[in-house]
Amino acid sequence: MKRLTTGGRINRDTPVTMCFDGRDLPGFEGDTLASALLAAGHKTVGRSFKYHRRRGVYSAGVEEPNAMVTLHEGAFREPNTRATCVEAQDGLVAASQNAWPNIHLDIGAVNNLLSPFFSAGFYYKTFIGPFSGTGFWMWCERFIRRASGMGRAVHLPDPDTYEKVTTTCDVLVIGGGAAGLSAALAAGRKGARVILAEQDTVLGGAILSDPVGGESDFWLKQIELELHTLPNIRILTRASVFGAYDSDTYGMVEHLSGCEGQPRQRYWQIHAPRAVMATGAIERPMVFGNNDLPGVMLAGAVRSYLNRFAVLAGQTALVATNNDSAYATAIDLASAGAGVTVVDTRTEVPQALREQAETAGIRVLRGHAVIAARGRKCVTSALVAPLDQNGQPLQLACDLIAASAGWSPNVHLWSQLYKTPEYRPESACFIPRALFEAHLQPAGLVTAPMEMAQIITDGFARGSEAAGPDGDAGTVPESFDGGPLWSGNFGPVWCAPGVKGKAFVDLQHDVKLSDIDQAHLEGYVSVEHLKRYTTTGMATDQGKLANVNALARMADLQEREIAEAGTTTFRPPFTPVTIGALVGQDHGAHVRPTRRTPIHDWHVAQGAALAEAGLWKRAWYYPQGDEDVGAAYRREAAHVRAHIGLVDVSTLGKIAVQGPDAATFLNRVYTNGWKSLRPGRIRYGVMLREDGIVLDDGATARLGEHEYFMTTTTANAAKILADFERRLQSDWRDLKVHVTSLTDQFAAMALAGPKSRALLQTLCPDVDLSPEALPNNSFVEATIAEHPVRLHRMSFSGELAYEIYTPSGHGQPVWQAIMTAGAPHRIIAYGTESMGTLRIEKGHVAGPELDGRTTMEDLGLAGLASSKKPFVGSVLRHRPLLQSEDRAQLVGLLVEGDEGARGGSLIFAKGAAPEGHGEGWVTSATYSPALGKYIAMAFVKNGQARLGEEVQIVNLLENQTSSARLISHHFFDPEGERQNG
Amino acid sequence: MIRIHCPICGQRSETEFSYYGDATVKRPDEHETDPALWVDYVFTRDNPRGWHREYWHHVQGCRQWLVLERNTLTHEVSACHLASEASS
Ligand SMILES: [Zn+2]
Repeated sequence: MKRLTTGGRINRDTPVTMCFDGRDLPGFEGDTLASALLAAGHKTVGRSFKYHRRRGVYSAGVEEPNAMVTLHEGAFREPNTRATCVEAQDGLVAASQNAWPNIHLDIGAVNNLLSPFFSAGFYYKTFIGPFSGTGFWMWCERFIRRASGMGRAVHLPDPDTYEKVTTTCDVLVIGGGAAGLSAALAAGRKGARVILAEQDTVLGGAILSDPVGGESDFWLKQIELELHTLPNIRILTRASVFGAYDSDTYGMVEHLSGCEGQPRQRYWQIHAPRAVMATGAIERPMVFGNNDLPGVMLAGAVRSYLNRFAVLAGQTALVATNNDSAYATAIDLASAGAGVTVVDTRTEVPQALREQAETAGIRVLRGHAVIAARGRKCVTSALVAPLDQNGQPLQLACDLIAASAGWSPNVHLWSQLYKTPEYRPESACFIPRALFEAHLQPAGLVTAPMEMAQIITDGFARGSEAAGPDGDAGTVPESFDGGPLWSGNFGPVWCAPGVKGKAFVDLQHDVKLSDIDQAHLEGYVSVEHLKRYTTTGMATDQGKLANVNALARMADLQEREIAEAGTTTFRPPFTPVTIGALVGQDHGAHVRPTRRTPIHDWHVAQGAALAEAGLWKRAWYYPQGDEDVGAAYRREAAHVRAHIGLVDVSTLGKIAVQGPDAATFLNRVYTNGWKSLRPGRIRYGVMLREDGIVLDDGATARLGEHEYFMTTTTANAAKILADFERRLQSDWRDLKVHVTSLTDQFAAMALAGPKSRALLQTLCPDVDLSPEALPNNSFVEATIAEHPVRLHRMSFSGELAYEIYTPSGHGQPVWQAIMTAGAPHRIIAYGTESMGTLRIEKGHVAGPELDGRTTMEDLGLAGLASSKKPFVGSVLRHRPLLQSEDRAQLVGLLVEGDEGARGGSLIFAKGAAPEGHGEGWVTSATYSPALGKYIAMAFVKNGQARLGEEVQIVNLLENQTSSARLISHHFFDPEGERQNG
Repeated sequence: MIRIHCPICGQRSETEFSYYGDATVKRPDEHETDPALWVDYVFTRDNPRGWHREYWHHVQGCRQWLVLERNTLTHEVSACHLASEASS
């Protein structure tokens, strides 16, 4: 193999130097890594997956099974890229894979000798028989994992950036070959907004493999010129459409690497009501002994390397074929000075082709097939036998076998939408079925046309139809001579009888003809089973190279037609997609939004430790010195009960409920009655789900005749708003009520502690805050430092307390004003951890108790269920199972020892063996500074009747057991004297 | 990727919506006390292969509740109405 001094579509004025396996690799702009490797004489470029056999460049496109390389170094490393799709760039670093210490001396190659142990299903077989459940399997597993696999993934964070684009167009044309260009031209002329997506770096498709300066080149230049004059056509190269999805949506990845300051890849979601699939076809391998030896290549690829990259892949070439298309390769090789023999399985070859070949000095052996390639490191000769087995095999010296067993149309995208393609026996390939209503229509080689002109006329027609009836598409571009196609005069032989040695059906996965035979003998009938058992066509191949040959072998063995055997399912992606491209910017902190309260900056400035609560960042505790959370919450909780504290509760869900039927609405969603609540007053309420389980709790204030202000728990805010909207827009359309979220519009803070009234009075001297004027569960409007506030007198901590609501923009100044004025009262800010301690001491339920399994009875809240009116869940809460006597009920635990309890620990009766699910579980636990003891809330079977009993708390995760006594969960100030005072 | 034609916002991607469930079931009257009817409403669902009426919420759009006619086999959406205007 060598680089020719002239010709090709490479830019000889711009040489590049790359690095392959540590050595300099020269090339030119316009090369791929694969063409540069071939030009530099690299015959072996990798080792195979299972047997570590030497492998060379096999194809010139996305179907490449052998030349898998790792690109770049360090965090930029990217394994398993196909060298045939990597653009040559100055400074590019690439390395071969799957070999140690290197591809030329690979220890793993011993697998080749052990191959009988690695036949079809070998991996699954290690699970069963005498080996199942033994150390032998474990040993195999380790060995298999190490011996197989491809490149190694990098464990460092990806330093590249990616972006996502969502766009629409009228017509998406997939593929920039002759058919796609014709389609884009027709649709573009009609004025449709067109996106033309081509996975290669330039437009042209198969034309790029034709000799430079020919008829097809002229055609391409004409069309490109016109396309560039149409502003409604957007041409994207390096852009692979990998998936076709519901509602006319297509997934595409655009490669941008190498372009300074740009993201590495861009993921496109394209909404196109009509699309033309001009995705072409991929050539199929001939199957013969050692058909994986470096020097065996696809015939079309050999022609690509010659005409596009000016690389002559061999000096003495043998072109093995069963169809007309490979003659173009043979003739071009001969014109480039190679000695060429065509080995054609057919006895009848069109006379014109034969004469053309013979004029070019090519020897044509008809009715013959290659049965084996020979050579140690690469092809040095081939064994060729007559198919009628009349005569001895010939050994022909050669350094290149260019093979073609026909072509497989790239039906993948079509098949993702419309399932099974149809088999066309005369061209031995699957093509899209005719579906006139389909929004994705095939054109060009993907339909296996019989002549070149059809590619252009069909492409043009599909593009014109896709653009709709308006506009004028003009005349169809004239056709050109594109060389012979495979689809007519097809000879069915793809594997000669009597092949010698290992004959591969799937090169990437080392699946041999004999593996298919073995699967058949073992009773595999379905093609889907065959695929998985033998791994044929899996991974990046996705049925590109291996599919049809494997199906053909299977059909032969079953004495069926391929059409009857069917094909496997095509699924996205057509070509591998980097996860990074799908993720785009949505990683780390950007996976979801971050919500911050209006007072967030103050917490951060004070050095608060933050905790995540759903999307919210909340102040968890405010450490003094080197306090940890344990020390901080004890200090904060004790301080609030002794003096005064302020906590940010802006995350509470807040909903405005407005309208003449607002009270009726509240009566339906809450279990208790709301008609009697007067303006200026606040009421606590519980909501159930339709099935009678407790959903949420919170307080609602009546602001006016037709206006209420509801609070929900932080966690359920969005869910409850959506649920209200649904009811009001469907089942309860009769209610004149509107609900609006105010969660982000209002800051909220709770001022708690014995000094809270005194402090507030200094801030709001004109408002009467006396217990008579503002008793518990009432509110008053006021101003603090000239900011409007609403003071809700209510308590979650059990202390004398006020919740202060103010529009978000006023949150921070109000907070600051309270902290400043509170200094003489020794005010502190306290966080969610100590807030939790205070509510546990008080016995209030929260998220851990409202876990979607508990009833009002379980929670000791049954007194809040009205019997005078229906409400959501009012019937189903009486289901027998929910009323059963041995349900777990909420109780308090006084925990012994100095460790406390952990949420989720199980509760067992004293002396009982800790087995099974126990008699209950711990929900919330804390150290209680007010009691000087560890306490917890728990659900215990029939717990309220067992107060005083001693139980065990078993933490199975940490293997700890402690004892505790069941007491009332209203641990502190059960009469509520402090909060009501 | 299902695309839904919201009567308020126009053609939007599935990711803006949340699915709720069967829109063919009807909530019993407020004052209904027969638990069997409520059990049926809350727990009993058909699982059709083909056309189905469903509630979807345009939660990241206009926040309207929608009733879709959707084919569970092909993901085709043939109609989309505001729940507040749908015939019950
Ligand atoms: Zn909408």
